Amino acid sequence: MKSSTRNPNPNPDTPRFGPSKLMVAFRFLRALTLVHRTAPNSSNAARSRRIQRAAFASMAYSAGPRRAWSRALLWRLHFHRARRLCAGRSRAAGVPRRPSTTRSPADELRRLVPGGTGMDYCSLLEETADYIRCLSEQVKLMQSVVDSGGPRGR
Amino acid sequence: MSSRGSSSRITDEEINELVSKLQSLLPESRRRNIGRASASKLLKETCSYIKSLHRDVDDLSDRLSALMATMDANSPQADIIRSLLRS
Repeated sequence: MKSSTRNPNPNPDTPRFGPSKLMVAFRFLRALTLVHRTAPNSSNAARSRRIQRAAFASMAYSAGPRRAWSRALLWRLHFHRARRLCAGRSRAAGVPRRPSTTRSPADELRRLVPGGTGMDYCSLLEETADYIRCLSEQVKLMQSVVDSGGPRGR
Repeated sequence: MSSRGSSSRITDEEINELVSKLQSLLPESRRRNIGRASASKLLKETCSYIKSLHRDVDDLSDRLSALMATMDANSPQADIIRSLLRS
């Protein structure tokens, strides 16, 4: 058995500092199970929004508080959840989609990366890199769940 | 890009390093499109990439939702994890 005392990350493919793919996968699948169990008869659109939130949530939880983007996402998810519970409205707490007006590329990026507004240029580049890494992994994960025939397994 | 005074520990070199790290994270096709880009072009391409990733999450959420509609109550998650480990 490989000793993993130094590297808590059993998956050699992930970057040194990053959530392990397995951890994200596990969280996401658990969230999917929950979505199915708690709302089996909801509309496709509502379920899709919940799955989208689960995707961003499992990304953010796995990245933890060490990153500004994950902190911002977690805050946003909790905030929107509180609003939903209070107001009884259903709103997607994913990333807000705004039409891009004439903004500098850096400002455009600040709006796309959670927690980006008000960030200095250097931190923005760092956060963007980490965000892209985690986001593209999330997409790959979701794709492989779809490919494996969905949560119903084989 | 704000230029900082000499008291700043962030050098142009570090910024260039971060910019090239970002460039390496873009998929091959996008990297080829911009070639030896200015930082501005790279940022625009990065924005476009992030937007497309967000669209992918949207789209895959829809597909998962549709699949879930046909799902039975006790699905084996272990199968999925196993196949993910294999990939």
